[in-house]
Amino acid sequence: MKRIIELNVNGVVHEVVVEPQRTLLEVLRETLGYTGTKKACDSGDCGACTVIIDGRAVLSCLTLAVEAQGKNIETIEGMATGDRLHPIQQAFLDKGAIQCGYCTPGLVLSAKALLDENPKPSREEVKKAIGGNLCRCTGYVKILDAIEAAGEQAN
Amino acid sequence: MSEPAAKKEQYSVIGKSVPKVDAYDKATGRARYTGDLKVPNALVGKILRSPHAHARIISIDTSKAEQLPGVKAVITAKDVPSVMYGISPARYDENIFAVEKVLYVGDKVAAVAAVDEETAVKALNLIDVEYEVLPPVLDPFRAMDPDQPQLHEQYPRNISVEIHQNFGDVDKALADAYHVRTDTFSGTRAAHVPMEPHAALSKWEGGKLTITCSTQSPHYFQYHIARVFGLKMGDVRVLKSYVGGGFGGKLEPSGAEYVSAALAMKTGRPVKLVFDRWEVFVHHRGRHPQHITLTTGVTKEGKLLGCHARFIIDGGAYTSLGIASAYYAGAMLPLIYMFDHYRFDGFRVHTNLPSCGAQRGHGAPQPRFAFESQLDMIAKDLGMDSIDIRLVNARKPDTMTPNEFKVNSCAFTEAIQKARRISGWDEKKGKLASGKGIGIGCGGFISGNGYPIYRTRLPHAGAVIKVSEQGDIATLYTGAVDIGQGSDTVLAQMAAEAMGIDFEDIKLVTADTETTPHDFGAYASRQTLMSGWAVKEAGEEVRRQVLELAAEMLEANVEDMNVDRRVIYVKGSPEKSIPFERVANEFFITRGPLVGRGKYAPPKLGGSFKGAPVGTSPAYSFAAQISQVETDEETGQVMVTDVWDVHDCGQVINPTLLHAQVEGALFMGMGEAMYEAMVFDANGKPLNANLGDYRIPTALDVPQVVSDLVDSYEPAGPWGVKEVGEGATLPTMGSYANAIYDAIGIRIYDMPLTPEKVWRAIEQRKRQEREAAEKK
Repeated sequence: MKRIIELNVNGVVHEVVVEPQRTLLEVLRETLGYTGTKKACDSGDCGACTVIIDGRAVLSCLTLAVEAQGKNIETIEGMATGDRLHPIQQAFLDKGAIQCGYCTPGLVLSAKALLDENPKPSREEVKKAIGGNLCRCTGYVKILDAIEAAGEQAN
Repeated sequence: MSEPAAKKEQYSVIGKSVPKVDAYDKATGRARYTGDLKVPNALVGKILRSPHAHARIISIDTSKAEQLPGVKAVITAKDVPSVMYGISPARYDENIFAVEKVLYVGDKVAAVAAVDEETAVKALNLIDVEYEVLPPVLDPFRAMDPDQPQLHEQYPRNISVEIHQNFGDVDKALADAYHVRTDTFSGTRAAHVPMEPHAALSKWEGGKLTITCSTQSPHYFQYHIARVFGLKMGDVRVLKSYVGGGFGGKLEPSGAEYVSAALAMKTGRPVKLVFDRWEVFVHHRGRHPQHITLTTGVTKEGKLLGCHARFIIDGGAYTSLGIASAYYAGAMLPLIYMFDHYRFDGFRVHTNLPSCGAQRGHGAPQPRFAFESQLDMIAKDLGMDSIDIRLVNARKPDTMTPNEFKVNSCAFTEAIQKARRISGWDEKKGKLASGKGIGIGCGGFISGNGYPIYRTRLPHAGAVIKVSEQGDIATLYTGAVDIGQGSDTVLAQMAAEAMGIDFEDIKLVTADTETTPHDFGAYASRQTLMSGWAVKEAGEEVRRQVLELAAEMLEANVEDMNVDRRVIYVKGSPEKSIPFERVANEFFITRGPLVGRGKYAPPKLGGSFKGAPVGTSPAYSFAAQISQVETDEETGQVMVTDVWDVHDCGQVINPTLLHAQVEGALFMGMGEAMYEAMVFDANGKPLNANLGDYRIPTALDVPQVVSDLVDSYEPAGPWGVKEVGEGATLPTMGSYANAIYDAIGIRIYDMPLTPEKVWRAIEQRKRQEREAAEKK
């Protein structure tokens, strides 16, 4: 049975028609065109589909779209202000933390959820916060450096 | 062979860590990968795959699936060309869909195109396939036995390839040796695990097939897809969108392209087909599990005299690139240490398991793990330090391996010495607290393959640079493929350097068989050197034409002209100058388009024996890696705490990207060493074909990594470059195994070095110690 729901994505409210079994990942990517949210395992193992809902990093492939009704959803597309990158994105560029880029949106959002809550995390806290975001290219070294640098800049 | 430091100072663009050209799009989510593309009227393609490892197909009934509303096509082997495909020449053994038999769990049987994914999946479930299940071949050691079922008629006793290479007199060398050891090691079926699954979007319009896909080589895809469908290569256009990692797994067509193309031809509508994660695992083409026996002899002083290497290699169901992988396994062993006598006997066999192919480092990492482990054991037998024995044997510049690979630059000795220094080896080796250990492993790799995968006279790389009519920008057209490693950025830096303009002035059109010149693509660590040569030549042609005209405009001799960062000037009289764009603009007005062209083909390389081309390269990288580990004797847990990597990779174009390659490669080696292995049940069904159960390293596993370099200049590379991307995978496994031995005195011969294996080995040692004590 299809339902009409409202999804608030990056401050813009979208009215969408969805079946109740649709995941937030599917609706973001296929219905609304937010393809920056990536699908890599579709089973909650890899973190590529991470978005922020009401301040918490969540896996959109394990979240039903109907559950996200009335909540604030943040995706990678909402991070920059115009052409000005969010400090975390800028740090990813500056530190060379991006290779193939497929895991990047999920990592940036996991980092944002962490830094919004804890602007000066220890390296161990950063590792824990992104422990569920798999990256196969970088070895995480430059990603950890970038998140730490973004945290320091925010202070 | 070091270039004078003064000359390096002169570079304006190369040698600098400019940000990646695609980083902004990737950081903002704007970068669209194949699965993100949306085209009007497109259908979703899905593949039905075999649930059996080995079975005969009795019948396929697609009628129920065809009747499902929303289904636009259902196809099986009878609907597609019967031409077989593959990537290894003379061993094309795969069909788009299985014809009579399926050979592994995941073999392609049928496919559907439907209006959406849900309908496509429903339709797959409505396809009725009747199988006669056959006994599978799962054990590579038994695969050659005469009583085993045969996978392919054309490969008797399931032998995919049998290799015997013999250089010098190994028997005599071993007989003359002061000390000889024989040891056997095993590797695992590790997988590439690119974060982006394989994907293809095919369009069939007016007799022309256009396929946008996640590929490491549009050229090989175009060649094979045209061959299978009987089309002119010119009627097949293969291009990529962003590629989310490859590591070797996207070098050959995966089936996503063939199937989506066949569905697009049948329906007349675009068809997008994206593998799910299970499909990525079962399609595989990753690391071959190798079983390696090494017999190695040394003098009293630790000098290597000879080695006999024997391999049994599990190739899985099909050939893939496995012939080359099997040759690489043996061919790369004598690269980094100097010895004259070498024999290599290998069998690659077929089993009813996912097919193995090329993965970062190709066939070389597991044999390197074996050799680095055994060398440490030999050092211990002789009472030598692990580093000293490597220094005694380290390859020297301007030498030839026994299998006739010519090595030009080689700063391997310097790399080992630097790693020793920066790791504090001499203060740590044998002196660390209980449970802690330090170990070394080394490696080396090709900077591009001397010969392409199929026989052709095409050069290996081409490039075109077109300067805009206003002279303000230049567009580099290259077939080189950026799969995340940063080749677009590095080649743009090279183009700017060659022309004397700024990095920011370069635009890129890449990896599209229709708009860019031919290039074989991203594999064999080839692009910085090979595509780099083509780009350098194209840039220098632009530079020459601009300087000629500028000399006329400034009434100077062309030999006296120079250009740097967009300023053209007369050497010695910098006041006589003119902007690059003014001259380029004048060039277009008076002479027409300002274009530079370049190509690269390696010189004739290697010997004339069977298999001699595999492993030939214009240049070789060398590396030493030292790791420090902490082990928990109660749980068998091993934590790698520190890694020091020192590389000889020639001139560096972009230091940040280079170190990023080292870190990533090292981590991939860490995964294969510590965690990764595809496992199967007794019927050949994969048990961990997902990212939860197949464990790759996470951020929680990150050690302190120091990536360092030694000064090096390679005469066969543009500006002196060599490879880095694959070579850094090679030392890791051996260095961890040796560090674990140093920590707890236990040698593990089969990867991965899991806590269970370490724990069992510790328990066994304790038991033996107890029994020995009781006897006394």
